[in-house]
Amino acid sequence: MARALITVPKTARRGEIIEIRALVQHPMETGYRRSSEGDLLPRDLIRRFSCRFVDSGKANDSGTIMFAATLHAAISANPYLSFNLRAQSSGTLAFSWEGDNGFSQREQVALIVV
Amino acid sequence: MKRRVFLSSSAGLVASVIVRPVAALAQSDVLTPLVNAYAAGGVVREGRVKFDIAPLVDNGNSVPIEITVESPMTPAQHVVGIALFNEKNPQNQVAEFTLSPLAGRARVATRIRLALSQQLVAVAKMNDGSCWTHTVEVLVTVASCIEE
Repeated sequence: MARALITVPKTARRGEIIEIRALVQHPMETGYRRSSEGDLLPRDLIRRFSCRFVDSGKANDSGTIMFAATLHAAISANPYLSFNLRAQSSGTLAFSWEGDNGFSQREQVALIVV
Repeated sequence: MKRRVFLSSSAGLVASVIVRPVAALAQSDVLTPLVNAYAAGGVVREGRVKFDIAPLVDNGNSVPIEITVESPMTPAQHVVGIALFNEKNPQNQVAEFTLSPLAGRARVATRIRLALSQQLVAVAKMNDGSCWTHTVEVLVTVASCIEE
């Protein structure tokens, strides 16, 4: 498992716009670089990122995708993404990264709205 | 010529120089078709989008960028997506973001790679199908993609 760093405030006031920052450890190998022997380094990218918000107030809420991104080779190694959320109700933020060579990482962070 | 007359006429000359509008940055021929393809027939206009990037980049391997769009982000009126394209990297696509009204603010920040000094364009697509763009020119001193 790669290391992921997620920054979300633990609590937020209702209606407050919070900032979410997510970073995951990944080389984001472009497929355009060559090794010192001259061989082309195979492409290894994270292709897809998504953040779902699961409302704890609603029963059996499967979550709504509140932010998603399709990433290409021009995204730096250890992809960092920052975006916002208007805190309306308490719930869970479910993060997912998917990429080449079966890369898959999932993280969850709880958000409490007071 | 009387000095008073000369001064008043020269003042007019200075004013005419200042008033001339600054020419907008001409978008590269590489970027325009990419923007139009993303717009998928929607009207593309300049404005509303603010692309925040340092004009002079020291290290092309990790360039912090921030894109903000003027939008109330309500279910009735919001940004559905933001696309980012570059002019001279081996691949023109950088990233496509999907936003929802839950965000409250149309803002995305990330770090990108830049191979050369080039133009970048951010396109924001609204829920009514219209698109807004902002094109920026950046100078890169140490390029990405080329070294080991």
